[in-house]
Amino acid sequence: MRYLPLTQPDREAMLAVIGAATIDDLFVDVPEAARLDGPVRDLPMHASEMAVERHMSALAKKNLTAGEAPFFLGCGAYKHHVPASVDHLIQRGEFLTAYTPYQPEIAQGTLQMLFEFQTQVARLLGTDVANASMYDGSTACWEAIVMARRITKRGKAILSAGLHPHYVSVSNTMAKFTGDVLDTTDPRLVPEMDLDRLIAKIDDDTSCVVVQYPDILGRIADLRPLADACHAKKALLIAVVTEPVALGAITSPGEMDADIVVGEGQSLGVGLQFGGPYVGLFGCKDKYVRQMPGRLCGETVDADGRRGFVLTLSTREQHIRREKATSNICTNSGLCALAFSIHMTLLGEAGLRQLAEVNHAGAVAAAERLSQIRGVELINDSFFNEFTLKLPVEARPVVRTLADRGILAGVSLGRLYPGKDDLANGLVVAVTETTTAEDVETLASALQEILA
Amino acid sequence: MSINQSGWRPTAPEANTGGVPASVTGNKALMLEEALIFEIGDSHTTGVDFAAAPARATTSKLGVLARKAPIGLPGLSEPETVRHYTRLSRQNYGIDLGFFPLGSCTMKHNPRLNEKMARLPGFSDVHPLQPVDTVQGALEVIHQLAHWLVTLTGMTSVAMSPKAGAHGELCGILAIRAALEAKGEGHRKVILVPESAHGTNPATAAFAGYGVEDIPATAEGRVDTEALKARLGPDVAGVMITNPNTCGLFERDMREISDAVHAAGGFVYCDGANFNAIVGRVRPGDLGIDAMHINLHKTFSTPHGGGGPGSGPVVFSAALTPYAPLPFVEKQGEQFVLVEEETAGEHHAGSFGRMVAFHGQMGMFTRALTYILSHGADGLRQVSEDAVLNANYILRSLDDTLDAPFGPSGPCMHEALFSDSGLAEGFSTIDVAKGLIDEGFHPMTMYFPLVVHGAMLVEPTETESKAALDQFIAALRSVAERAKAGDPSLKTAPHFAPRARLDETLAARKPVLVWKDPAPLAQAAE
Repeated sequence: MRYLPLTQPDREAMLAVIGAATIDDLFVDVPEAARLDGPVRDLPMHASEMAVERHMSALAKKNLTAGEAPFFLGCGAYKHHVPASVDHLIQRGEFLTAYTPYQPEIAQGTLQMLFEFQTQVARLLGTDVANASMYDGSTACWEAIVMARRITKRGKAILSAGLHPHYVSVSNTMAKFTGDVLDTTDPRLVPEMDLDRLIAKIDDDTSCVVVQYPDILGRIADLRPLADACHAKKALLIAVVTEPVALGAITSPGEMDADIVVGEGQSLGVGLQFGGPYVGLFGCKDKYVRQMPGRLCGETVDADGRRGFVLTLSTREQHIRREKATSNICTNSGLCALAFSIHMTLLGEAGLRQLAEVNHAGAVAAAERLSQIRGVELINDSFFNEFTLKLPVEARPVVRTLADRGILAGVSLGRLYPGKDDLANGLVVAVTETTTAEDVETLASALQEILA
Repeated sequence: MSINQSGWRPTAPEANTGGVPASVTGNKALMLEEALIFEIGDSHTTGVDFAAAPARATTSKLGVLARKAPIGLPGLSEPETVRHYTRLSRQNYGIDLGFFPLGSCTMKHNPRLNEKMARLPGFSDVHPLQPVDTVQGALEVIHQLAHWLVTLTGMTSVAMSPKAGAHGELCGILAIRAALEAKGEGHRKVILVPESAHGTNPATAAFAGYGVEDIPATAEGRVDTEALKARLGPDVAGVMITNPNTCGLFERDMREISDAVHAAGGFVYCDGANFNAIVGRVRPGDLGIDAMHINLHKTFSTPHGGGGPGSGPVVFSAALTPYAPLPFVEKQGEQFVLVEEETAGEHHAGSFGRMVAFHGQMGMFTRALTYILSHGADGLRQVSEDAVLNANYILRSLDDTLDAPFGPSGPCMHEALFSDSGLAEGFSTIDVAKGLIDEGFHPMTMYFPLVVHGAMLVEPTETESKAALDQFIAALRSVAERAKAGDPSLKTAPHFAPRARLDETLAARKPVLVWKDPAPLAQAAE
C-alpha cells in the first residue's frame, strides 16, 4: 500500500520490541464481540492511483461546471477569477500540512499570515479587529448573534428579511436550543431594504439587529440610521457581507458604525467548491474583542527581542475554558484564510477597487439588457454585482430549462424560499469579472425566447 | 582552450577561527526574514491585471454608498507575492518536512492525489445552488462517501454537513436533544463528560444548553464505569465519551456503558477524533454508540492546512436518524436528490434543522473519498494496525526513560502517553518539547490530557517509517535525559528555530491583533 512505509520485516521486528506475538495482541482491549476478523465486508479493496483517478474523474464529468457555461449564480457564493499563484502557494507543504500553530517558534509562517489576514479583514470590513477566521459566513453569523447576547445580556435578535435564508435557517436551528428569540420574515420584491421595519422593532430587549449588505436580493442601503437606532437602545448592529468584493466599491459596514461585521470570504481565493470549504470573516469593535469567538493571532517578541506572533487571548477558548468558553470552535478555516489573504495581497487596494468597478459595470450593463426583455422587471434601485429580476412566470422552471441549454442563469427565489408564491417569480442574477458580454447576450436571448 | 584567468579555483573550506558573524539582514542563508505586507506593499501596486481600459458603469447603482475613503490594503506584484509567502512558508514545520507526532491531532501524510482530485473543475468549479440535475456527480461523491462512513462505522445514517469536529459534536448533541424533546424527555439537562475529554466536548454541551458534569478516570486511565453508572438518572441526557480515549486507551467497558446509559433513558455520544486507531477493526455501531463525528482531516487524511478547514460528518444510530440535520443526499431511482427544507417535511419531519449554508465541505469530501478508495477496506484495516503498532513501539521504546503512567494498563492504541515525572526540579514538558524542536521534530501534544501531570501525548500515525520512528526515539530519549539531568540549555531551547521562545504573556496582556501604521515621524517626536 503506497501510503504505508512499514515493511513486513519492520512490523515483526517492532512487535518483538513491544513483546507482542501478533498485531491482534495490541487490540486485546476491544471486546471480542466487537472485533472484526477481516476487512469490513461489502466494500471494495485498495486501488491504484490510476484507478482512483479514473473513478473520480468520471464523477467529476457528470457535473456542469461554472467555467463551461454562461454563469450567473451568486446568493452567497460567487465565481471570481483566482490568480494561479494563489493555488500554487497554498499547496506548499509547509502551509498545507501544518497544524494549528501551537508551537510558535516553528509556525511563524502561519502566524504571520494570520496576523496579516486579520488586518486585511479588519480594514476591509471597517472594524478595529478581526479574528483568524470561522468555518463560513453562516456559522460566523450565528456566532455573532450569540456574542451580542453575551455582551448585552439580552436574548432577542431582529433579523433583516434580506439576510440569506440559509443563514436565517442556521440561526433558527441554533436558537431553538439556546433559547434565543429571533424575529425573522421573508423579503418582498421591492427596491428598498427593510431598514424601517428593523428600526421600528428595536426595543429594550433587543440584543442585536442582523442585516446583510448587499442583501440577498442584491440591494444596498446606508446603515448609519440603523446603527444609530440600535445604539440608542444599547443594542448591537451586526452586518453580514457575503460578497466581500463589494467593499472595494461601497462603504464598509464598520465605517457606518456596525459593531460586529461578519462575512463569507469565499469570493477571494477560495473558489465555488460546491459550497465548501469556505472561510468565515469575523470583525468587531476593539471593546468587544474579549467576547469574540475563534482563534486570534497577536504580535509579541521572542526571548531575543525579535518580533514574532502567537495565538493569544486563548482564555476565551474551549481548550482552556472548557464549558465556559465563548464558543466550541476549534479548527478554523486556515488554508482558505491563506488563499483569501494571498488573493487580497495580489489585488491590493488598487486591484480590489478595479475589480469591484469591473464587477459593477458588468452588472449594470447586464441589468439594463435583461430588463429590456418584455415582462421582465428589475427590482433593484441599487446594487453592486447582483440584482433581482421579476419574471412574468415562475423562475425555477425557467432556470431548469436554461440549464438544459447549458446556461446557468442565476438563483431562483423558489429554490431559496420554497412554497412562497409571492417570491416564486424572482431570479437573482450575479455578474462578475468572469462574465463576458457574450454570456449576457446568450442569457438574454434565451430568456427572451423562453418567455415569448 | 581558454584558461580561467579570474582567479577562481576549486575551494576547500578553511577552519573557522572567527566565530559566527551576524548578518546585516538578519537572514541566515536559506532562512530569510520577511517583513509584513503592510511594510513592503503599498496601495497602488497590484499583482493582478485587468483589461487595458477597464469598463466603467455608465450609470452607477451605488448611490451615496460609493466608496470614498481608502481601505488601507497593501498590494504586491506577483513575484513579490510569491516570494513573500514562500519565505513565510519556510518558517513553518509541516508533515511534509518531518515527523509531527501531535497526539490526538493525527498528523498523517496527505496524499497529493487527493489534492489533484479535489481540483478537478467538475468538483471545484460548481456552485452549490445549481439545479441538481447539473451536479449529479457532486451529489454522487457525497452519497458514496456517506456509504463508506456508515458501513465502516456500522451505523444507520450520516449527516455530512458539519464543518469540523467540534461542529460535528454540536450536531450529535443537538440530535440527542431533539430526540429527547420528541419523547417528552426535554427535562434531561445534564451531559456527563469524562475528565480526560477534549475541551470541545464540555464547550459543545454547554453551547447546546446542557449542564456538564465530569466523570473521573480510573488509575489505569479509563472512564470510571461504576462512577458513571452511579450518576445516571432521569436528569441525564447522555454521555460524551472519546473512544479510543485521549490517554490512548480503548474504553473496554464501552458496550456496558452504552447499555447502562440507554437503560437510564439517555444517549451515547462518541467523540470520534481517534477513529483512525480502530477503522477497519472495530465498528462503533457494535458498541452501542448513538452518534459519533468523524474528523475527515484526521482519519481520512484531508490536510490540516495550518488550522483547517476540517470536516466533521456525524454517523447516527437508528434511534437518532430521524433527527439528523438538513440537507442530505438521497438516491431516488437513478437520480441523486438533495433533501433540503423544501422536501424534508414529507419524510424527515423530525430533523433538527440546518447547521450550515449549503451542503458541507465538498472539497474535503472529494479528498476523503479519494483516500478511502485508494486504501480500500483492506488498506484501511492496515492503517489502524500500523498506527497502533507504531504507537506501541514508541511507548515500549521509551518507557524506560520517560514515565508512562498507563504503560502497565496494557497496549495503547494510536498514541503513547508520558508524564513529566522524573524530570529535574524546574523542568517541565515544555522544555522537552522545545528541545525536540532543535532536534528537527515537531513536539508532541503538551499538557493534554489533563488527567496526567505534564502530559506528553505522542501520536506517530501509520505513515511513518521505522527509521523515522527510531530517529525520533533516539532524539526524545536524549532530550528527556537532558531534562532529567537539569541541562540549563534546554530552558532556553529552541536555539535553532526561526524564533526563540515567544512572550505569550505580553501578547495577552497588551493584545496587538492588527497592524497599525507607525505614527508619522513628526507626531512621534512630540
